Amino acid sequence: MKIHEYQAKQLMAAHGIPVPLGKVAVSVEAAVAAVRPLVEQSGNPVVVVKSQIHAGGRGKGTFKEHPDLRGVNVVTAGLQGGVEATEAAVADLAERMLGSTLVTIQTGPSGKRVNRLYVEQGVNIDRELYLAVLLDRALARNIVMASTEGGMDIEKVAEETPDKILRAEVDPAVGLATFQANGLGWGLGLEGPAHTEFVLFVKTLTAMATQLDTDLIEINPLVVTKEATVIALDGKMGFDDNALYRHPDIANMRDETEEDPAELEAKETGLSYIKLNGTIGCMVNGAGLAMSTMDIIKHFGGEPANFLDVGGGANAEQVAAAIRIITADPNVKGIFVNIFGGIMRCDTIAAGIISGVKEVGLPVPMVVRLEGTNVELGKQMLDESGLNLVTATDMKEGAQKIVELTR
Amino acid sequence: MSILVSTETRLLVQGLGKTGRFHADRSIAYGTEVVGAVHPSRAGEVEVFEGETDASGWPDRPGKYRVEVPIFRSVGEAAAATNANASVVFVPPPSAADAIMEAAAVGVPLIVAITEGVPVADMVLAKRYLADKPVRLVGPNCPGVITPRECRIGIMPGYIHQPGRIGVVSRSGTLTYEAVYQLTRLGLGQTTAVGIGGDPVNGTNFVDVLRLFNDDPATEGVVMIGEIGGTAEEEAAAFVAKEMRKPVAAFIAGTSAPPGKRMGHAGAIISGGKGTAAAKIAALQEAGITIAPTPTDMGTAMVEALA
Repeated sequence: MKIHEYQAKQLMAAHGIPVPLGKVAVSVEAAVAAVRPLVEQSGNPVVVVKSQIHAGGRGKGTFKEHPDLRGVNVVTAGLQGGVEATEAAVADLAERMLGSTLVTIQTGPSGKRVNRLYVEQGVNIDRELYLAVLLDRALARNIVMASTEGGMDIEKVAEETPDKILRAEVDPAVGLATFQANGLGWGLGLEGPAHTEFVLFVKTLTAMATQLDTDLIEINPLVVTKEATVIALDGKMGFDDNALYRHPDIANMRDETEEDPAELEAKETGLSYIKLNGTIGCMVNGAGLAMSTMDIIKHFGGEPANFLDVGGGANAEQVAAAIRIITADPNVKGIFVNIFGGIMRCDTIAAGIISGVKEVGLPVPMVVRLEGTNVELGKQMLDESGLNLVTATDMKEGAQKIVELTR
Repeated sequence: MSILVSTETRLLVQGLGKTGRFHADRSIAYGTEVVGAVHPSRAGEVEVFEGETDASGWPDRPGKYRVEVPIFRSVGEAAAATNANASVVFVPPPSAADAIMEAAAVGVPLIVAITEGVPVADMVLAKRYLADKPVRLVGPNCPGVITPRECRIGIMPGYIHQPGRIGVVSRSGTLTYEAVYQLTRLGLGQTTAVGIGGDPVNGTNFVDVLRLFNDDPATEGVVMIGEIGGTAEEEAAAFVAKEMRKPVAAFIAGTSAPPGKRMGHAGAIISGGKGTAAAKIAALQEAGITIAPTPTDMGTAMVEALA
């Protein structure tokens, strides 16, 4: 699960990690009202207005409705005109940003609607660094990644100048040891008070990652201020879905407007569904088989409309829900059902498919490939059901048939 | 011959809930020797399993079975009272890692964790706990391990398997079944099929299983099934290039998967341009592994690799 930057910063602040002062706003009025207290508390006349969406690249992204407007804006009007000038500038920005569609390198061309802004104090930046805590699967533990190249695309840095990325393994029993934090700080060229602050920062952040079951915390940039403090200027956080049950407060931070409504509905009915851009809907049992069903459709020249794993079996309710979800996508021109029965008997699965289809109807052609115990009986039931179904003997034949039918 | 499990395997079942009980029964029907169960709230009771034997497991055995399995409070007590040398974990996600460590603490040499949805941080700790213990973990989030007509540990359908010459190792459950069924139909059969699971942090990996198959005289070739995410397939490719003396055929799922999206399995995600199917396929090909272009070609790719 992902959360917004402002939520990540709330969590960091609660763990004693320095973040700029800021306030989230869902209306122009709220954005304006945030300005005066921010300026007074921070003593800095500069504020920053940041779009809150679940995608990176906001600073360089622009709005569909306002091609000249960026997703993150620094307001310096207060340097000359005082708080009133800042308020006026924030009002103008909020007016245009809220409700508009931000397109960044990570949103895809359709962009994402900005429903929330984060109004934040300005910071006197001396250096911009990069810091992340993430799972290293091969090591089976978290690692800390740090770099002097803050504010840059870190994947590019890793590719072009790998020596500029520092790494430290986090022993699950020890956490990040002080000597490791020291080494990272020196590697980043930090000395004196900034080094001391960084060591505390990275140790606290690493402990927080373990405590909160994050799968990624990325701070880009991590800023060393002109006052030699270390502060998180940005914050991206993702969580292990399997561990959310022990963090109800974080589970409550889920912003459903950031998620695909069909994916949400699928989750509620116990299906694992991911929407894609093709025309052939897939209904499959098992994640690996579901993935490779998409692959084989593509192999034969079709484009999958979705990933959908119905889990261990396929009962009537699940099939009905799956068909509803798949056919709600206007691009879908046909459905490929690919089930390897395994423990489940194919006649049981066929009965589920038949009653599911009868319940919600079938507006597009459907090819069904069944394999497993009682497969002949299952196929016979499908053939005799009178439904507009085509059966296939294996995955390849099924994929070829559905690609042909949707041409 | 085979790897990991055989007629010598004496199994404990950790977690005798609905799924645990169902699959313990299927394993017994297949001919597996289940010697005990761990389920604290039912300690002291005896679970009776009876029914008709699975003809695909032991065709020469009488048609009916009745087995009484004692239930224990802990793995320690179960291990002391039985001669178990393997354990299967069906314990729900919040306690699964603890159940794995409990089995490891008393030295159960093979622990197969079926549970799906174990928090990653729990597995990170469990893996560190297991590191200095003489035990092997398979899973979690896996279909289990089967040696046809000898021993079934997990949730796979027994009847698709057939004793034979090919080892199977996979990150995906249903794709393992596809591969196994294709090998059975081609008359190649399997020595052992191992599901290593779809989680980002798991126990036994491709390289471990490939090494075992390499040393198993009965295994003549290996079908390996990978998917997007992580670098386990690349590590396997490096091992095959350096040490594998037997032909390997492989299929990688997720050629069409978009980056940044988790494809069902917790571990199946392309992140930061890493873990793509294309990169994995290239690494495997470079190591001389025969690639199955579609999942229906896994068996024939093995035939081709053997030729």
